[in-house]
Amino acid sequence: MSVLVYTENWDGKFKKLSFELVSYAKQIADRSGTTVTALSIGAVDEAELKKLGNYGADKVLSATDERLNVLINKAYASVIAEAAENEGAQVIIFANNFTGKALSPRVSVKLKAGIASGVNAVPSSYDPFTVSKKVFTGKAFANVVIKSDKKILTLFQNSVEIAETGGDAAVEVFSPALNDADFATKVLDVNKITGKVLLSDADVVVSGGRGMKNADNWAPLEELAAELGAALACSRPVSDEGWRPHEEHVGQTGKIIAPNLYFAMGISGAIQHLGGVSSSKCIVAVNTDKDAPIFESADYGIVGDVQKVLPELITAIREMKAS
Amino acid sequence: MKILVCISNVPDTTTKIRFTDNNTAFDATGVQWIINPWDELALTRALELKEASGEAIEKITVINVGPQTTEPTIRKALAIGADDAVRIDAVPEDAYAVASNLSSYLKDNPYDIILCGIDSSDYNGSLVGGMLAEFLDLPSVSSVSKLDIDGGDIKLNREIDGGSEVLSTVVPFVAIVQKGIAFEPRIPSMRGIMMARKKPLNVVPSGGEAALTEFVSYDLPPAKSACKMVDAENVKELVDLLHNEAKAI
Amino acid sequence: MDFLFTEEQEMIRQAARDYAERELIKDVLERDEKAEMPTAHIKNLTELGFFGMMVSPEWGGGGMDSLSYVLAMEELSKIDAATSVALSVHNSLVCYGIEKYGNDAQKEKYLRLLATGERIGAFLLSEPEAGSDATSQRTIGEDKGDHYLVNGTKNWITSANLGSVYLVTVQTHPEKKHHGINVLIVDKDTPGITLAPHEDKMGMRSSDTHSVMFSDVKVPRENRIGDDGFGFKFAMKALEAGRIGIAAQAVGIAAGAMERAIQYSKERKAFGKLISEHQAIAFKLADMAVKVEAARNLVYKAAWLKDNGHPFSLASAMAKQFAADSAMEITTEAVQVLGGYGYVKEYHVERLMREAKLTQIYEGTSEIQKIVISRSILK
Repeated sequence: MSVLVYTENWDGKFKKLSFELVSYAKQIADRSGTTVTALSIGAVDEAELKKLGNYGADKVLSATDERLNVLINKAYASVIAEAAENEGAQVIIFANNFTGKALSPRVSVKLKAGIASGVNAVPSSYDPFTVSKKVFTGKAFANVVIKSDKKILTLFQNSVEIAETGGDAAVEVFSPALNDADFATKVLDVNKITGKVLLSDADVVVSGGRGMKNADNWAPLEELAAELGAALACSRPVSDEGWRPHEEHVGQTGKIIAPNLYFAMGISGAIQHLGGVSSSKCIVAVNTDKDAPIFESADYGIVGDVQKVLPELITAIREMKAS
Repeated sequence: MKILVCISNVPDTTTKIRFTDNNTAFDATGVQWIINPWDELALTRALELKEASGEAIEKITVINVGPQTTEPTIRKALAIGADDAVRIDAVPEDAYAVASNLSSYLKDNPYDIILCGIDSSDYNGSLVGGMLAEFLDLPSVSSVSKLDIDGGDIKLNREIDGGSEVLSTVVPFVAIVQKGIAFEPRIPSMRGIMMARKKPLNVVPSGGEAALTEFVSYDLPPAKSACKMVDAENVKELVDLLHNEAKAI
Repeated sequence: MDFLFTEEQEMIRQAARDYAERELIKDVLERDEKAEMPTAHIKNLTELGFFGMMVSPEWGGGGMDSLSYVLAMEELSKIDAATSVALSVHNSLVCYGIEKYGNDAQKEKYLRLLATGERIGAFLLSEPEAGSDATSQRTIGEDKGDHYLVNGTKNWITSANLGSVYLVTVQTHPEKKHHGINVLIVDKDTPGITLAPHEDKMGMRSSDTHSVMFSDVKVPRENRIGDDGFGFKFAMKALEAGRIGIAAQAVGIAAGAMERAIQYSKERKAFGKLISEHQAIAFKLADMAVKVEAARNLVYKAAWLKDNGHPFSLASAMAKQFAADSAMEITTEAVQVLGGYGYVKEYHVERLMREAKLTQIYEGTSEIQKIVISRSILK
């Protein structure tokens, strides 16, 4: 019996997200009277693996075969399923990010484990096993009962508090059986985004809409983002117009995010956009139209021209930091 | 070569979400049903690939697991340009049951390329494509934002958390596609609309495993408190509020 | 009776709505301001099969019913009536007229190309001194044996520039008054035809409207539709059908303005609450909804009568008069609901109000419709 949590690494390092997952696993394990095993795939040094202990992992399995240096869905799913079998895992936890979405459904079929994806809280009941997840793109929550013996949860980022337990984890090498047939897909080229805060793990997101007028007006938004250590995002019209890459599109058909602080600059707040950002802890909106629907969802608002407000906002933040 | 596009029937994305029966069921009153937006983009890319392929891609099939009420949505896909359609006659209870149903049909009716949208705008599962690939023991490439076929070579771009990758794979495979795969869904032509009823829509009985999960009740998010307005001439006050009151910066 | 749309009708409505909301909306304000023709949109709508949608598949058309066409007109007109008017003239006047009254040779030569939208049609009836009174045609079509020699001027011609198949009414036997009128199919590139500059209009500014001058234009005799002197009857019959298209357009304009007013009333606050919560505004919206629905039902019924082979002259006159007058009232009220914003171009409703005005004027003014209606009920 255990709770298995798949902890992804980025160039050998974990992120806040990884620690949130382990904290989440720890809460479930405590309630179920069992332990947490974290599974790491790829090259991560022992010191980094040990960090997971501080958030509640009792054991860390580390699979480092070279062939696993890139994400191959079919192969990774086999590795995770094998670890789950070995550990007798009753609950398996993934992040609800691209990797989690790629792997969890494959593992579900291998183990015949029912999934609740995009869950936003610890289970409200363990018998029946019931957990809340986002549906209708953040417009509602559903309570899902998982009926199978084994259960998979993919956790929506920023859903639970990260708690340091001061614990220590035993690190074990894990050498799964790899099957050549699982490697039919090849990664030919990788383009990592460097020097930028990623939208998926940003605490603060600065987002621009049609009110930015054109692609050339993004410099002050970038400056604000740099000042706050924030990631950049945009509304759908902006990515459709090609002012910004589609990776930055947040909303119903783009990314769904839940940062602590979201700046909606020149975004009117169409229902499809709000779906993607409504879980943000705090929303700030700047728009010339005082009747824009974004103000219905915002915590703080300014009616005004983004181009005029932005430089003043940057100055005010600098002054605040300096004082 | 044959392409299969899996489509879901979902409420229009502007639908105001409500529940009935003591919050245990989605209220479908007055709801306009559409092809799940990501599935529609998948279909759009399939059509582009077929048109560019000469004779190499012989047909595009759309498949849906659903009751008869989903047929208007399936015929919309035929009007847009799919060559034929399959409806597996079952209520889509969860992703596992849907993927299982799809796989039991596809084991006897194989396709070279299977496309699924990354998510469905109703239950936000992001699961069916990956599950289907596992049931069929096929490679899956997920979060695909570009798909090209050059002769027999399949090239894909996928978005990862923190970048993007270029991949190759071999047929048959499942691609789980997202934004970027196609620019904008197509509007069906009058000719397409008239042809839709003449194209085959084969209804096959359910043949999959039972669901592993159940949606038992729903909640709406709590109402947001009123927005605190700050004067545009006093941006400093906003920063003070964010720092001292919201403690967000 | 059945008030439900077929799946195809619903799909056509959705296709028209998608096109309007995705494409027409992008440049509708700019085209209105600059009075620019919607050339690219006409081409796109042609590719989607809207031009010629009711023509029988036998002649290469879409074979759709009038109700489908009405739904398309309504949805396009919610956003941009200046573009939809070209569709109305092409489908319900030109294609309908030639398909119903033309001979096989004329259909082979003209209808086939109109059915696919490869050529766009225009209907040349109005003259500087013959608007509502179409009997007083001054354009002469002199009978020269193997051809007619046409001289005169036609006014306010939609698609005069974009179109290339003209249906032109001419007076051949002035002594016979309206019994002397003929209708001729005229190729726009025939020598002797010139266009006046684009009309600078109050509304529908982007619609392609010109005066057309005929100077010794030779039109082959085989291009006459029907027997000698059939032209006036042809025009009246074509207008009966055309009224359904314009009525649908008026419903679309009204519904478009109403939707914008509803949306705005749910966002704008005054005196501490949403303006939709003020009865003065809520009742305006209720009045709009009733009128739109009533107009819609009149139009759908006229289309249904036409599709099922029943006389529809009275129904189409009632539909057009009520829909056009309602559109004028509703758009005016929509501007009122939006207040200062309503008077600003960016918010669309003032443009819809300018567009609504024309629906009371062209293809038979509201007063002409009342003549048709009153004559019919007093018979």
